[in-house]
Amino acid sequence: MRARLLFALLASMGGFLLYSVVQAQVVQDPFPTDNDVNAIAKKLYCPVCPNTPLDVCETQACQDWRALIRDQLAEGWTESEILDYFVAQYGEMVLAEPEREGFSSLVWLFPIIVLILGVVLVRQVLRTWKAGGEIQITESQALEVQPEILARIEKELEEM
Amino acid sequence: MLADIGLIALIMAFFLALYSTLASGYGGWKDRYPFIQSGRNAALITFPLLTISVVILVYSLVSLDFSLAYVADVSSRAMAPFFRLTALWGGQAGSILFWAWLMAGFVVVVARRKWDADRELLPFVLLVAMGTTAFFIGLSVFIDNPFARLWHVEGASKLTTAIFRPENAMAYLLQDGNGLNPLLRHFGMIGHPPTTYLGFTGFVIPYAFAIAALIKGKVNDDAWIKTTRRWTLFAWLFLSIGLVLGGRWAYDVLGWGGFWGWDPVENAMLLPWLTATAFLHSVMIQEKRGMLKAWNFILIILTYSLILFGTFITRTGIIDSVHSFAKSALGPVFFAFIGFTFIGSISLLLRNLRQLKSENEIESFFSREAAFLFQNMLFLAVTFAVFWGTIFPMISEVVTGTKMTVGPPFFKKVAGPLFSVILLLMAIAPFVAWRRQKVSKLANALLWPFIISLIVSTAWVSFHSQHPASAFSLWMISFVWLSILWEFWRGIRARMKNKNENPLLALKRLIGRNHRRYGGYIVHLGVLMIAMGFIGDSFFKSETQGAISVGEELQIGRYTLRFDNLLQYPGSDGREILEASTSLFKDGEYIRRLLPRRDFFIVQNQPVSVPGVYSTLAEDVYVLLIGWEDIGKESSTFKIYVNPLINWTWIGGVVLVLGVLVAAMPLGRQVMQSSYVLRRQPLKPSLEMEG
Repeated sequence: MRARLLFALLASMGGFLLYSVVQAQVVQDPFPTDNDVNAIAKKLYCPVCPNTPLDVCETQACQDWRALIRDQLAEGWTESEILDYFVAQYGEMVLAEPEREGFSSLVWLFPIIVLILGVVLVRQVLRTWKAGGEIQITESQALEVQPEILARIEKELEEM
Repeated sequence: MLADIGLIALIMAFFLALYSTLASGYGGWKDRYPFIQSGRNAALITFPLLTISVVILVYSLVSLDFSLAYVADVSSRAMAPFFRLTALWGGQAGSILFWAWLMAGFVVVVARRKWDADRELLPFVLLVAMGTTAFFIGLSVFIDNPFARLWHVEGASKLTTAIFRPENAMAYLLQDGNGLNPLLRHFGMIGHPPTTYLGFTGFVIPYAFAIAALIKGKVNDDAWIKTTRRWTLFAWLFLSIGLVLGGRWAYDVLGWGGFWGWDPVENAMLLPWLTATAFLHSVMIQEKRGMLKAWNFILIILTYSLILFGTFITRTGIIDSVHSFAKSALGPVFFAFIGFTFIGSISLLLRNLRQLKSENEIESFFSREAAFLFQNMLFLAVTFAVFWGTIFPMISEVVTGTKMTVGPPFFKKVAGPLFSVILLLMAIAPFVAWRRQKVSKLANALLWPFIISLIVSTAWVSFHSQHPASAFSLWMISFVWLSILWEFWRGIRARMKNKNENPLLALKRLIGRNHRRYGGYIVHLGVLMIAMGFIGDSFFKSETQGAISVGEELQIGRYTLRFDNLLQYPGSDGREILEASTSLFKDGEYIRRLLPRRDFFIVQNQPVSVPGVYSTLAEDVYVLLIGWEDIGKESSTFKIYVNPLINWTWIGGVVLVLGVLVAAMPLGRQVMQSSYVLRRQPLKPSLEMEG
């Protein structure tokens, strides 16, 4: 039963993967399209309106910036060159995703540190929960009279 | 005249709330019963007084009393009466009053309950809840008064807003008001603030009970948790509805094709929801096993502080944001109050920390207790990550002097993986036993969901090999789905075998017998559906944009959009509408007409995009009219988003509400469980006697 199930599972997975290789795609439009511009604008934030990505911002300034991106693309600039240009012009705040160097790296680092601390803390708490159990066992043992004490008491009783 | 009565009622409410706070606190501290009783009476009168203020403000908004600055700001002649009414929470002054009013209403419900049940706690519950109420009424009276009037000072170029007549000033009556921000005129934004505020203020009650328990040192009995169980559920429900409605509003109105942009204000609302969700789960372990007591105090304190923080961010605009329709000088006062309550609560907790004892121990790291603890930690980790990302631009500005942006990519990368682990826990944890779980048994229980989900996801990735990351999320989603359904099926099958019931009856009785548990599972299913919306949004969203002339087509995936014509006509509420008529085709077959619009609100000089949406369970086609050529109406630019699975977000919201209702209300003939523990204390006088 198990073996047959496993076989069926593997066979179906293999079949699906085979199909994915056969699949074809790729359609191209004349360059640069609105979509090429938006793909880059998405990674930038409007420097004027707070918290609005450049690809959806409707102000005149943003329309001009998108036109600028289009011109740069037509001139053959790469995506990173365009992003660098905007950072140089308007500062790091235009980047949607904070950089991973300098002061900005802290924004990435802290959540990771907190997660690690959290895991350590959980381990610690679980330890004490288990240890708490052991303490209780020793406490309950304490209620039972130890044999040597019992012997001593009996001995003292005899002496009386 | 009427506004004066509203103002007087508001001021009286402030002093009564302040008195109620002090009297019940003093009475509780010195054990002086008359003070407690008096404080309670003051609390009971605060609410009707605030109601007078609210009713008068609403009346002024509807009847357009433009002598009031607030009315002139958010109401206008062109607005329908219904929208004038919702303008109560459409601006800052009104929403603070609204907050205080809801809070005072909840205090009345608490104060009118049976006092013998929690006699020791209630004075301090009043102290905390009325203290919070007094703070908000105080903001309303002293900082942003909704009854402030417009004055024209001789020689000044601008109008002055003040409660009392400044020197050399004349009352000024505007002809028309600005009206509600056009973006807010949507059902989502009508429902979002009230539900959110119900959730926010609702959580103040469990917090108040927690602080009361800390003050009295009654930290080891669960009275505060059992008493507030329903409150917690109720508040959480409204907070969740508020979040979903807010998302729906963003999707319909903001015109960027999504429903969650990780905007600071959205985050500010998500934060208390996260800690509240952790709290909701972690109280279960305290009720069942007497563990995690300190955690629960921390979680409810955090929730309260984050609720204040959320209101603070939304209302002060300290972090610039598309949502910050309201900006003012509230900041410092609010900040001080958050700091004071947070430090005060934590010191109370520290004072009691030594007394907090775990009543039970576990036998293995692999147990439900451990799963709960791990889940708590994950929720707090997400909370921290979102909080940190939200405030980091401020920190950066203060420390380095340069502004920066922390946008959606950060939150997706940091919170996404943590949320996936939480979702997986949702599948596994319900199968894990208390104390100790044998791994082999667990694996056996989850074998079928695991195998089927593996097949489904492999199948999926074969058809969509361009999104490899989605295979994992799909495996995860289907695994959690199947394991929850499997849990239902196990219960139904057992009942069918043992009691000879048909499947439907078995399901009904199964839920009826253990409504908290199965209600919880239904909520999990709802959350899963919402997660599907997020996954569709993150991995499968596609978009295209292009300028086309009448008769031309724009292609995206299997869809084709044909531009038919462009119309311009005047609409209601003082707007000019530009509407494109387009036809949507799928695989060459006509589906329907879509009418993306651009509404210009003339007075506010503000455009609002109204998308044309073709919505199915599998995906939404979301068409925006984003530009048109100046020459004529012959050519326009459209943006089309194909948003897979987005509908599941809203369906999930409804399922979540159903689940909470099942969990909160027993079905069938089951006897209502008393929500608090009765303790006999015959020697003290009953507080009900003189009331």
